[in-house]
Amino acid sequence: MLNFLLRRILAGLATLLVALFLMFLLVDAAIDPLQDLQESTAPNKAQLIAARIELLNLDTNVVIRFFQWFGNLLTGDMGVAWRSMQPVTDLLAHAIGSTLQLVTAATILSLVIGVTVGIVSALRQYSGFDYGIIFLSFLLYSLPSFWVAVLLKQWAAIGFNDFLKDPVISWTVIAAIALIAGVFWSLAVGGRAARRWQVFGIAFAATFGMFAYLQLSGWWERPQIGPLLLLILAGGSAVAIAAVFAGLHNRRAMWTGLTTVGVGLALYLPMQVVFDSIDPNNWIIFGFALVAMAVGFLIGRLYGGPDWGISARTGAAVAFITGGLIYIDQVMQVWPPYFRALSGRPIPTFGDRTPGLGGNYWVGVLDAFTHLLLPTATLVLIAFAAYTRYSRSSMLEVMSQDYIRTARAKGLPERAVVVRHGFRNTLIPLATIVPIDIITLIGGAVITEAVFARPGMGQLFVRSLGDAEIEPVMGYLLITATLAIIANIVADIVYASIDPRIRLDA
Amino acid sequence: MSTSTSPETPPPVDKVENAIELQDVVGLSQGQIVRRRFFRHKGALVGLAVLGATIVLALTSVGFGPIPGWWMWTGYETGNPMSNPGGAPTLSVFPPAWGDHPFGQDEIGRDIFARVMHGVQTSLMVMFVIGIVAGVIGVLVGSVAGYFRGGRDTALMRFTDLVITVPTIVIGAVIGKLSGQISAPIFAISLGLILWTTLSRLVRGEFLALREREFVDAARVAGASSRRIIFKHILPNAVGTIIVSTTLLMSSAILLETALSYLGFGIQPPEISLGQMIQQYQQAFSTRPWLFWWPGIFIVIIALSVNFIGDGLRDAFDPRQKRIPSERRMAKAMAQDASVARTGLSPLPQQAGHTNNPTGGFGL
Repeated sequence: MLNFLLRRILAGLATLLVALFLMFLLVDAAIDPLQDLQESTAPNKAQLIAARIELLNLDTNVVIRFFQWFGNLLTGDMGVAWRSMQPVTDLLAHAIGSTLQLVTAATILSLVIGVTVGIVSALRQYSGFDYGIIFLSFLLYSLPSFWVAVLLKQWAAIGFNDFLKDPVISWTVIAAIALIAGVFWSLAVGGRAARRWQVFGIAFAATFGMFAYLQLSGWWERPQIGPLLLLILAGGSAVAIAAVFAGLHNRRAMWTGLTTVGVGLALYLPMQVVFDSIDPNNWIIFGFALVAMAVGFLIGRLYGGPDWGISARTGAAVAFITGGLIYIDQVMQVWPPYFRALSGRPIPTFGDRTPGLGGNYWVGVLDAFTHLLLPTATLVLIAFAAYTRYSRSSMLEVMSQDYIRTARAKGLPERAVVVRHGFRNTLIPLATIVPIDIITLIGGAVITEAVFARPGMGQLFVRSLGDAEIEPVMGYLLITATLAIIANIVADIVYASIDPRIRLDA
Repeated sequence: MSTSTSPETPPPVDKVENAIELQDVVGLSQGQIVRRRFFRHKGALVGLAVLGATIVLALTSVGFGPIPGWWMWTGYETGNPMSNPGGAPTLSVFPPAWGDHPFGQDEIGRDIFARVMHGVQTSLMVMFVIGIVAGVIGVLVGSVAGYFRGGRDTALMRFTDLVITVPTIVIGAVIGKLSGQISAPIFAISLGLILWTTLSRLVRGEFLALREREFVDAARVAGASSRRIIFKHILPNAVGTIIVSTTLLMSSAILLETALSYLGFGIQPPEISLGQMIQQYQQAFSTRPWLFWWPGIFIVIIALSVNFIGDGLRDAFDPRQKRIPSERRMAKAMAQDASVARTGLSPLPQQAGHTNNPTGGFGL
């Protein structure tokens, strides 16, 4: 293992060096830093050109300039962007954070939604739901992301802002939304006609009731989760997690989930005080999340039984969700002042923060969230299609294997066959695709950031390439190439760790 | 599976299980099977028809190169009087009318229909050139690496890793900035030079598996040269993978080209590209939305139809692909079979056990 890692890292460093060298040559050939001067009509044109050649060292051979750049890089100096004379390290430091936020949010969301939809679609192969999802994923796959981004920016942002100014949905629209939700769920759950109608009715009533509640209670003006919604959402997810991953017959897992939700509810009011009395930051919140998951794990352990591991995992997952809901509730509580501060147009179409907003940690989180909303939606729409297709075909492949037949033959309930034998093996090919896909997403962020003017790495790259500044471009390339090499190594390690048939040392 | 009988009456059990499939392929060559399966794929057929119509429309309307088309504008004339206030599209469905400027005009009076058609031509040209260049390089690199293995394999695959290290859009932007100003075909060729990596990896995998097969040994024993074995014996067996992934590559190529042109690193004016049009006109979205709609819709149409054709080809070339008959067809076959069984013609009445869906997974 260590041997493998060492070999791969050395090979990766060599690849990185050669890739950077080739890219340096290419970028140098592509840009022309003298263009604006050559087109100018200044009387001292020749002098200016000479000064710039002097500044950028353009007389020196490009190979020598690469090694000068590389030598400086080894001492931690990435050069300066010569138009603004800002050090590249400073430029990158800010940009990386912005891009990471975007790519992380998009990856997690599209993975969760895409894999779930893909698996359900595979389980309902050749049904109306399946065909619908296939068509949808094809359509999303064929959409140019910059076009979607501009559409979202011009329609969704402006439309949603207009809606928030006067948050009333007409009852016909609510009924239409509920109708669509009913059809979606009845197709997704499937089964015989009677069951479909039943599911349709439940989904229709639930969606209609939810929107009616949101409207009548003035939720859109003052969004919050509150104890009642917390009970419904957390309780619902506890039952769902226990039912899917442990089965309804596993009473201990079910009770673990419900107890965890109970603990979360009991802590709802005390947590308000705690959050108000401390000055939180992301690390403290992360610590809270870990503590919550530990508590959930412990609850599951205490319920004991021969199969306590599954209860403990259920507890941890439910605790994470409950804690997350309490956190979101806390963020939502600053919505009314935030809404007023932005004079009633809270969904922005550019940037990654509102300049000069001020406010405490929660306002900052809400502000970052509203800025993330549209760019993330753009990236998710496209990545979702890819993950749906991967997980659907992978699940179809797995479900036709002999060991699935064996699992069925020995009388396992269908849930256990799908979750324990099917789902787990579906994840193996996905685990190798995801790290590499993150690189594609970082590439995709180039377009999204350009459209939404988020000051991230992609934006930095596009601007510097357009402005003929080689140092920031090389800084960007250094970071993406390093990430790509790391992602490939991680993919190999993950593959070996979840599939015991693969040996890295061989 | 069945103990029956003469070749004229096919065994009833098979008939229920996947007879519909088997019946379709009896006595057909590989090429015929592929063609049949492809033409059965409705999405692929629609995609093919739409793509063909788009190509014909784009080529005939504004002409190609020196040949003039039937459309009255070229898309370069400025200062045309606005047919509708603000240059709104004259296209209408009720009553059906084409008008002078069906897709509208921009702020200096240029005809958007002609511009979109020029853009479609550019995008299609770029797509096909990228497909050919990347396809040829990918096949060559993959087959040499997979067939010879050893040092050549290592060297070529390290080179592939090198190209993969940088996201395509990034390397494409640099190359586009280098070649986009020169001309669209050069831009397309240079994009093809970086997009072959996925294909080469797939082809290498196919070659690694196929080179161990008996027919390759037989060819070698008969004295065939490596070149002959690669091109005459192995490549025809890998053609499915190659065609399918080249098609999918072409659909991503058109998105890449438009995205780069959008970012300003692709096709430069006066040449017209769909992505470049979207970039030019995005500021006008609130006042002249049609400037923005039409180029985008044509990108989606082309990419979607190519994707569907690719999916149809994948289904057609995948030998494991089994078409599951619809419930109605299944029930019909079962009923037929049962009636046959009742009349005593079939020796095997217990067909119910064989109706299990082999891919499984229905319901919970």
